[in-house]
Amino acid sequence: MNNVRKDFPILTKKVNGHQLVYFDNAATTQKPYQVIHAIVDLLEHYNGNPHRGAHTLSMEATELYDEAKQAVARFINARSADEIIFVRNTTEALNLVARSYGEANLHSGDKIVIPISEHHSDLVPWQRVASKTGAKLVYMYLDEEGHFTDEDLAKIDDHTKIVAFAAVSNVLGMKRPVEKIIKKAHQVGAIAVLDGAQSAPHMKSDVQKWDCDFYAFSGHKMLGSAGTGVLYGKLELLRNMEPFLSGGDMIEYVQEQSTTFAEVPFKFEAGTENVEGAVALHAAIDYLEAIGFDAIEQHEYELTRHCMEGMLKLPYIHLLGSKDPKEKVGVISFTIDGVHPHDAATILDSYGIAIRSGHHCAQPLGHHLHVEASNRVSFYIYNTIEEVDYFLSKLPLVRKQMGFKD
Amino acid sequence: MNQLYSDIILEHNQNLSNKHELKDFTLQEHGHNPSCGDDITLQADIHNGIVRDAAYTGHGCAISQASADMMIDLIKGKPTAEALRLVNLFLDMIKRKETDDAKLEELEDAIALKNISNMPARVKCAVLAWHTLKDALEKKEENR
Repeated sequence: MNNVRKDFPILTKKVNGHQLVYFDNAATTQKPYQVIHAIVDLLEHYNGNPHRGAHTLSMEATELYDEAKQAVARFINARSADEIIFVRNTTEALNLVARSYGEANLHSGDKIVIPISEHHSDLVPWQRVASKTGAKLVYMYLDEEGHFTDEDLAKIDDHTKIVAFAAVSNVLGMKRPVEKIIKKAHQVGAIAVLDGAQSAPHMKSDVQKWDCDFYAFSGHKMLGSAGTGVLYGKLELLRNMEPFLSGGDMIEYVQEQSTTFAEVPFKFEAGTENVEGAVALHAAIDYLEAIGFDAIEQHEYELTRHCMEGMLKLPYIHLLGSKDPKEKVGVISFTIDGVHPHDAATILDSYGIAIRSGHHCAQPLGHHLHVEASNRVSFYIYNTIEEVDYFLSKLPLVRKQMGFKD
Repeated sequence: MNQLYSDIILEHNQNLSNKHELKDFTLQEHGHNPSCGDDITLQADIHNGIVRDAAYTGHGCAISQASADMMIDLIKGKPTAEALRLVNLFLDMIKRKETDDAKLEELEDAIALKNISNMPARVKCAVLAWHTLKDALEKKEENR
């Protein structure tokens, strides 16, 4: 794993006179040369508008775009590339499901069940579905460490039509019992919507094994470029759904007053496709698969374990969620007594360390835990034990800077 | 960093004498930074155009809390028009529209936040209380 750093040009950057230590990977990841070159290669040699032209460049762009989709289908073990829709990001993917499935199929008295730990992108769209259809949005409140309880799972009942949850929580960093919850959803006749923003980059995704109905993730959190996300959906569900956006390339025939739509997945991809993003994601998948998720998981576990051990020695640090690094995928959220996260982030930045501070787009969880803001470090393949040690050595200086004499 | 988290900022951050609810108030305004979650409620007791008392509650970083504390120290006992003028002077300082230290001395301790304009990520923390007061006073003026 140590030789990957040379592939990431940004990692040599100096920030405030220090070597950059990038620990904000749950927000977005850095890009290797292989991804950067894939974008440049497309723009220098193959740029055309896909699916539209009979000329060489359009056909080459089409081929690259469709190959990227095939790669994504293999990456998550979909049955076919027809189940893969390219969107801008996880947020757009979840909005697509909420609008085209949720609003069309839910009625007054139905329930949507989600955990309190969800990112706003897997929460606000369901609030809107509930307010438009009269369905009820019901929360699973989890235990003190963020685990699902029997009481939570009992909320998935005969009235439930949608169960949505993140396979890995972006704040707690905890891996969810994906198959157990999906099975429960299917037992009551609900569909299961899986937010994969924090799972797709860090662990093997297998939509057939999980049996989720929808799976959403973002390219930029797994070495790809921003603006490319993926929605996987089971074909029979996608076929029965109305388009989300309408316009170019999603049509079959357009008359003056009416339109018939293209087949899945094209009916969900209106407008000129983001081919740069697709080739970047393809290159990112190739890069990750060459390393392999066993090695990635092992590496991130080592970093997480080492970091949590160091942090637990500091009495003024409090970890959110489980204290067991085995339950996490390289995401550690914490508070520092007497120091607001924004101040901590600013002080750590002065040492070149990038961490996230704030509500992490999960305000309802913050209200529920009475932790309105927290700090978050999140690792990826290029982070090292040395960087974790450097970070641990600077944590006491954050307190000192704020006037504490520990 | 020592310049940003100077003693004067840390003192105002830790000083809780202006951080409480007022029993009597004629003005209350809520201020919020949606991107970071900082959230304050500002209260003032205004009689005959004079800010007799003011206080705030809520949560946020050291910069936003120190800034709120400094502002309240500054405006207490002043006529509302004068308070509004000082708020605008502070906002001009942050926007670097006013850089003359002689003029900015009127802001008393709040002049310590002058260099925050070099840190775009933290500007919104520094101005939260001031924008909140400005909104409240301007609303009050409209309602008269």
